[in-house]
Amino acid sequence: MLKLKNVAVSLALCGAVAAHAEPVKVGVALDISGPFATIGAETRDGLNLAVERLGSKLGGQPAEFIQQDFAGNPEQANQLVNRFLQRDKIDFFTGPVASNSALAVGPALFAAKVPFLSSNPGPSLFAGKQCSPYFFGVSYQNDTYDEAAGKVANEKGFKNMVLIAPNYPAGKDHIGGFKRLYKGTVKEEIYTKVGQIDYAAEIAQIRAAKPDAVFAFLPAAMGINFIKQYVGSGLKDIPLISPGFTADQDVIEAVGEPTLGMLNTAHWAHDLKVPANVEFVEAFRKKYNGRYPTVYAAQAYDVVMAMDAAVREVGGKVDNREAVIAALKKANFKSVRGEFKYGPNNFPVQNYYLRVVDKDASGKLTNKLVGTVMEKHQDAYVGDCKQ
Amino acid sequence: MDSIFVFEQLLNGLGFGLMLFLLAAGLTLVFGIMDTMNLAHGSLYMAGAYIAARVHEAGGSFVGAVLVAVVATVLVAFVLELLIVRRLYARDHLAQVIATFGVILIADDAVKAIWGPSPVMATTPAALAGPVQLLPELPYPAYRLVLLAVGLLVAIGLYVLVNHTRVGMLVRAGASNRKMAEFMGVRVGRVFSFVFALGAALAALAGALMGPISAVQIGMGEAILIPALVVIVIGGIGSVRGAFVAALLVGLVDTAGRAFLPPLLRSVLPPALAADLGPALAGIAMYVLMAAVLILKPAGLFPARA
Amino acid sequence: MSDKLHSAAIPSSGGVARWLPWALLVVLALLPIVGAELGLDYYVGFVRRMLIVMIAATSLNFILGYGGMAALGHAGFIGVGAYTVVALVDAGVSSAWTAWGAAVLVSGAIAALIGAVSLRTRGVYFLMITLAFAQMLYYLAVSLSAYGGDDGYGLYSPLELGFGRTTGNAALFFWIVLAIAALVFAFASRAAVSRFGLALTGIRDNETRMEALGYPVYRLKLAAFTGAGALAGLAGALLASHNNFVSPSTMHWTESATLLVMVVLGGLGRRWGAVLGVAVWLALSEVLKLYTEYWHWPLGLMLIAVVFAAPRGLAGVFDRRRAVQ
Repeated sequence: MLKLKNVAVSLALCGAVAAHAEPVKVGVALDISGPFATIGAETRDGLNLAVERLGSKLGGQPAEFIQQDFAGNPEQANQLVNRFLQRDKIDFFTGPVASNSALAVGPALFAAKVPFLSSNPGPSLFAGKQCSPYFFGVSYQNDTYDEAAGKVANEKGFKNMVLIAPNYPAGKDHIGGFKRLYKGTVKEEIYTKVGQIDYAAEIAQIRAAKPDAVFAFLPAAMGINFIKQYVGSGLKDIPLISPGFTADQDVIEAVGEPTLGMLNTAHWAHDLKVPANVEFVEAFRKKYNGRYPTVYAAQAYDVVMAMDAAVREVGGKVDNREAVIAALKKANFKSVRGEFKYGPNNFPVQNYYLRVVDKDASGKLTNKLVGTVMEKHQDAYVGDCKQ
Repeated sequence: MDSIFVFEQLLNGLGFGLMLFLLAAGLTLVFGIMDTMNLAHGSLYMAGAYIAARVHEAGGSFVGAVLVAVVATVLVAFVLELLIVRRLYARDHLAQVIATFGVILIADDAVKAIWGPSPVMATTPAALAGPVQLLPELPYPAYRLVLLAVGLLVAIGLYVLVNHTRVGMLVRAGASNRKMAEFMGVRVGRVFSFVFALGAALAALAGALMGPISAVQIGMGEAILIPALVVIVIGGIGSVRGAFVAALLVGLVDTAGRAFLPPLLRSVLPPALAADLGPALAGIAMYVLMAAVLILKPAGLFPARA
Repeated sequence: MSDKLHSAAIPSSGGVARWLPWALLVVLALLPIVGAELGLDYYVGFVRRMLIVMIAATSLNFILGYGGMAALGHAGFIGVGAYTVVALVDAGVSSAWTAWGAAVLVSGAIAALIGAVSLRTRGVYFLMITLAFAQMLYYLAVSLSAYGGDDGYGLYSPLELGFGRTTGNAALFFWIVLAIAALVFAFASRAAVSRFGLALTGIRDNETRMEALGYPVYRLKLAAFTGAGALAGLAGALLASHNNFVSPSTMHWTESATLLVMVVLGGLGRRWGAVLGVAVWLALSEVLKLYTEYWHWPLGLMLIAVVFAAPRGLAGVFDRRRAVQ
């Protein structure tokens, strides 16, 4: 009852309070429940670590991070963003895990001139045709992970491959990204049902095709199901290559031994020797019981640091949106991936690395950095962006 | 396409069907005998999977973990029956659906509070982790063979229990005419509690066994609940025999759709259209099957309450 | 039981029942003006969404509450309506009335087809076959790359309402939604006590008897199902304009279940049932989400409580209180 009263009070105050004493407001839409709950939890942990290290301030100004669950549902994300914009009057937005949610909330944010710093999704539309000065892909463009994976496949000499992804546009984009740089023969492209549990039929197809390697983009539970069944079927000898998210720490923790030896590509690794990263990984493991951070946690951490730098740059005057986006574009912060620079479409021009699932000194399964696949790589859509 | 490949896919279809049967058996039993629609069956499945995974990791014995999961889930189900389900027997199906949907919402939050939002690790017992050579050309995952065997055993066990034991006789008596059975001295309330516990044990068994080959996470119950409902509806709600036949049918149709439909379409349609259409059709194959069955037989293949 | 429901369906001649809808209509009509003054734009949008969901829930309440058809695929029709708008916008149509009208026709036609097949079954089988068709529509939308598939489809420019106005005008769009919702509510209330509605209630209570009396049972049910599907499609079309975005998640089976839950929560076959259920469910989930990440379980607890303590829904509770007075 008390809480209901609070709502009524804040509701009444909303219009009345003058704007000047307000803290910097950041709307954070989280996947706490729903299909990407694990990744949502990682995003939140990375974000909260950054907030803690900055003493709940951005650029020295008091800041408020309004975090709320939207259950991984694009429509609920849309509603939440409307509330952030109209009721809470946010200055920055971040949080959603999936591209469909990002695409759902983008237009409203851009129309309201609120910067959207993506802590994960990098849909091709926002990198190309529908790029906006208010969108910042602090993470990566979706296809780049797959492009790196294609290049790895060339370097490893895989002549024939089978590609597998869920049957939705993002799945086709990821496969398209892989094929962009892969020079060998694609023996089979398999598209599976969204949310599929049993993969025996697909695994039999893979065995029959006898490829040199398999490229799999299967996020969240689908990836866990597939890897468990793939290894159980004795296909361990056919190497599995994937974009980082199909073999990140969250998947490793859920699958265990079968992930051993999985090749995957990402723009970051927890053992990347960059001072800011060493500091981040150490602080993260201290705060969260020795757990290794995932790419998602690292990205969320970077997002907050990017906001911090921008608010400092504009001296706390976040109402001047032109200045804020100019400051964001400078990206004058210490990214955990090292040097950070945006291309003309506000997506980073950055290095991509090969990682392999291995055991650390204490026998714990985790990703190990193998080497650099692509240096200062830019996404394929930058040409479509007329900014 | 050689014959071994077709045979392998056949086996895969049967395997998937039997997995669905493990879950559907409990669901249809509770429905058939108590005329109660229990959506929280998926939550019991989730409970079984989580408990087995945690116990297996802590204790090391897989069989022990499955047993603990079954016993613990039955205890949870006992409380659930006592507090909620018992009061639903006399209500209409809609009230049952709504109340047990409420249980799902509570169960998902409870699991998150206990085990966190991330999936937990459920490992395959080492002895069954790899494939066995079924035929010279055909390695098959050992663990899936175990699933096949357990599914068949459960099917036989249920058949014997319902049709050839005293308990089964009481159950059938209570189901066909509750008042009459009570008059004859059968304590129907107790029989129903037993059936509900049995259904929960089957759900937990299904969850515990599915853990090593699927993601043990929140929402896993709902994800498999829909296919399980499709199975019991095709079979005729309440009929264990129907559920068995329907599970195999769904497993085969779904697997065949995924394995053979895309290449088939590619050979007759333009490639772009085939690439769009193939996976989409394969994805809805089981729903098309259900609609087709219900058009021809509106009460399923083996109507239990004719 | 049926007699009680029956009498509740008829608007009582008492004072409250007569002026309450009008008072509510006036209050709601003033909301955009007052809201803009107080800076409560978000809540105006929230109420607009509520009204749209109420249209869909009212249509479901009609077939479920009066007709006894428990459909678990109603969100499928909402999706058909929404995607009709998407398809027309994609083809270059910019008039809201054309798009919304087409959505009603298309979803009505699809509901007629699905109903023609599904109505051969009853009870839980009906529940499941409607779910099956909705799942087919869902997977179709997920894999349909022309309209964005799983990524959804953004409607970047608002639709035209004529006279140089668009759906981007928040207050005007609110009033249009309010007017449609009020008309649907009034229509459903009238229809429930019309000969058609009474025949439907008769079928719900005893189908064989109605058949024996010479009523065209199947055709009556199909007509009701088609009408409800068309109205759900209208709600979907309005929702598309409300969100400026459409995604397959609109027709996920959990959305159909939630709709069913809202109707039962409010009170099956009661005039205010759908309205009350939607208002309570949406408001409660909105508030709970503000305070905790564990916002599912209180809703679950409420459902169980309603099933046991208020089997006739929240509207039933109010009725009982009035009867006591």
